[in-house]
Amino acid sequence: MKNQMKLEFDSISENEAFARVTVAAFLTQANPTLEEVADVKTAVSEAVTNAIIHGYGEEVHTITMLARLKGQTLEVEVIDRGVGIPDVAKAMEPMYTTRPELERSGMGFLFMEAFMDEIQVFSKPGKGTRVWMKKRLGKREK
Amino acid sequence: MYKRNGTTLMIQVPEELDHHAAEEIRTEADFLLKTQEIRRLVFDFSHTVFCDSSGIGMLMGRYKIMHALGGQVQAVHVSENVGRILRMSGVTKLILVEED
Repeated sequence: MKNQMKLEFDSISENEAFARVTVAAFLTQANPTLEEVADVKTAVSEAVTNAIIHGYGEEVHTITMLARLKGQTLEVEVIDRGVGIPDVAKAMEPMYTTRPELERSGMGFLFMEAFMDEIQVFSKPGKGTRVWMKKRLGKREK
Repeated sequence: MYKRNGTTLMIQVPEELDHHAAEEIRTEADFLLKTQEIRRLVFDFSHTVFCDSSGIGMLMGRYKIMHALGGQVQAVHVSENVGRILRMSGVTKLILVEED
C-alpha cells in the first residue's frame, strides 16, 4: 500500500490538535496499535508547536505537513518558512530552550526522538525548518 | 474547570493538554494563585488522554510557583498514556502523580 497527503494550515495553536488528529486519521490505514497512534500524535504535536512558537514566533503564517505511507512505514514532515534554527544540534539537546519565559520545557525534540524511529531536522536561518520523521507501524503483527 | 476548597485549588485538565490548552490553564491558574491563598494545587487528569511537552512545561511552571509559596502540586487520575509522558519527562520527581 502506498498513499500520501499534504496539508497546509495557519500557525495558530488551535491547529496543533487539527494536525495531530489528521495524521492519526491518515495512518489508520496501516492498522497501527493504539500506542503507535499516541506516539505519532505526540511527535507531530511537538513539531507543529515548535513551528508556531519558534519558527514563526507566534505570528500567523503557513505550516505544511506531509505524510506518506509505504506499506507499514510512515513518514511525516512538518515544514515552516520561519526564522530557522542556527544550531540544530544545540536545539535538539534535552532541556535546551530559547524561550524559557514561555515555559517551554525543552523536551520537544526529546519526545520526537523517543516516539519515532528516525528524525532529521533541516534548517537554515532566515529560510525555515523542515522536520522529517519516520516510524514503522503495526509492529504487533510482525 | 477550577474549584477551590479552602486552600486547595482543583483544576480539571481538558481532554488534550497541548500548547493551546496549557496557555489557557497557565493564565487562569496564575490569576487564582495571585489573588487567593492556595497551598495545594491539584490537577485532575480524569478526562485527559493526551499530553505533550507543552503540558509538561505548564506543570513545571506551576510547581515552581507553588514551591516558592511553600505549597505542593499533585496530579490525580492520570491515565497510562499520560503517565508515560509524565514519567519520561521527570516531572514525577517534582509533583505527586497518582495513576488510575
